Amino acid sequence: MSEVRAEMVANVWKVVATEGDTIADGDTLVILESMKMEIPVLAESSGTLTKLAVAEGDVVQEGDLIAVIQ
Amino acid sequence: MQLEGSRLACKLPSVLESVLVANRGEIARRVITSARRLGVRSVAVHSEADADLPFVREADEAVLLGPAQPAASYLNGPAIVAAAEQTGARAIHPGYGFLAENPAFAASVLEAGLTWVGPSPDSMEQMGDKINARNLMEQAGVPVSAGTREPVADVAAALAAAEQIGYPVMVKAAAGGGGIGMSAAAGPAELAAGFETARSRAERFFSSPAILLERYVERARHVEVQILGLADGRVLALGERDCSAQRRHQKVAEETPSPGVSPELRARMLAAAVQAGLAVKYLGAGTVEFLVDVASGDFMFLEMNTRLQVEHPVTELVTGIDLVEQQFRIAAGDDISFRAQDVAPAGHALELRIYAEDSKRFLPSPGTITEWVEPSGPGVRVDAGYAAGNTVTPFYDPLLAKLCLYGADRAEALDRAKAAVAAFGIAGLKTNLEFHGELLASAEFSSGDYDTGLVGRLRA
Repeated sequence: MSEVRAEMVANVWKVVATEGDTIADGDTLVILESMKMEIPVLAESSGTLTKLAVAEGDVVQEGDLIAVIQ
Repeated sequence: MQLEGSRLACKLPSVLESVLVANRGEIARRVITSARRLGVRSVAVHSEADADLPFVREADEAVLLGPAQPAASYLNGPAIVAAAEQTGARAIHPGYGFLAENPAFAASVLEAGLTWVGPSPDSMEQMGDKINARNLMEQAGVPVSAGTREPVADVAAALAAAEQIGYPVMVKAAAGGGGIGMSAAAGPAELAAGFETARSRAERFFSSPAILLERYVERARHVEVQILGLADGRVLALGERDCSAQRRHQKVAEETPSPGVSPELRARMLAAAVQAGLAVKYLGAGTVEFLVDVASGDFMFLEMNTRLQVEHPVTELVTGIDLVEQQFRIAAGDDISFRAQDVAPAGHALELRIYAEDSKRFLPSPGTITEWVEPSGPGVRVDAGYAAGNTVTPFYDPLLAKLCLYGADRAEALDRAKAAVAAFGIAGLKTNLEFHGELLASAEFSSGDYDTGLVGRLRA
């Protein structure tokens, strides 16, 4: 199991993946936005996206859980 | 009391008795500083997130616009005009970004009977669309690069246009700025991908899907010219700024004079910038951006910014002219504070943009500033938007401060820059100070012989 967490305070601009999706290492899961910059959050392992903890418009803090891949 | 550099300060007409600054951070503070020096009452407007920032404190009056989101605050034109009416501010200075290049907002300011510290909405409109601006400049005899003369509708049209122009090509949003949505394409596959990205970003950030293509110059310097359009129709060019040190197509360091521009090339570029200003009957401070092809020595028009530029301080340092003061004077219908024939840039100036981002990958780093110690000394100027205790939020751009250095020559300016970067103490969040240390120490930047690929090579 691998957890994907936010690297910085940001707004969730786009949720690209859906719970249950088959994910490959490097796939874009969500796109964050901070300081006028879009920051894609990528999967760091392959598997199934078992949990997506954010929705578009959410504000995430550094370290917040974004997704779980199993 | 003698006011520095402003012989006519006491004669400013009542139309500029007061000014509302429709911006935030360092530029709001910068405008307020000149207003105060000239005896102009200043009004700040701010979002909930910015209530504690220095610009809010330093203005004579401050009005809360709304929540942090730009759409609810700094992009809320009607609320800004209402704040001017509520406080009796007679003029609006837009700074840069936000509504500064929005002709509809400028028109609404004028309709409300207020003074707009900027060019006419017409000039803004003509230069706001990059395709229109390119076509207009071509007609005015200003060199432009090979590129599309109308919006590119879809990928098929982009591929056809690129065949005509020749690869590599640059894909850009016609209404864009700040490098957003911009990418270079070496061939058809890259172009197709770049076109789609540019299009979605253009719609999202600039509410306009129009895309243009331009010939991409492999080794280029980004050099811009500061102009001032006067009430009598004259347009003055106050020298150039080299902005080739960029990451993600956004500037990180600027200098004047450009080490890559000969006196002969400078004369031609300044003349072309004046032509550009005359073509749109430009009034006030503006910047004409050019690309200089290092291999051929040719230069071509990129775009015009119809507002005060972020990096305006380097021009101020070598000319001794307060550009914000000239904006106030021109907007008020008054004379500028100097004679055109007396403009004689001397020495060398640098600006380092201190961003809230890490020094390796340049990723944003919002947070609370626990320590803020600015460098000082001869030739050091810091235009800062923040102080210790302030929180840098994810809602706005990452610019914390502009560290500006002046020296009798480039070597002295660079030495002062190195010392100032080392002396700048910021804690609580990541900054790119370490990157600036590396930049100043690099052989390529030190030599002056660099181009827009510089930062990429430092990070390769």
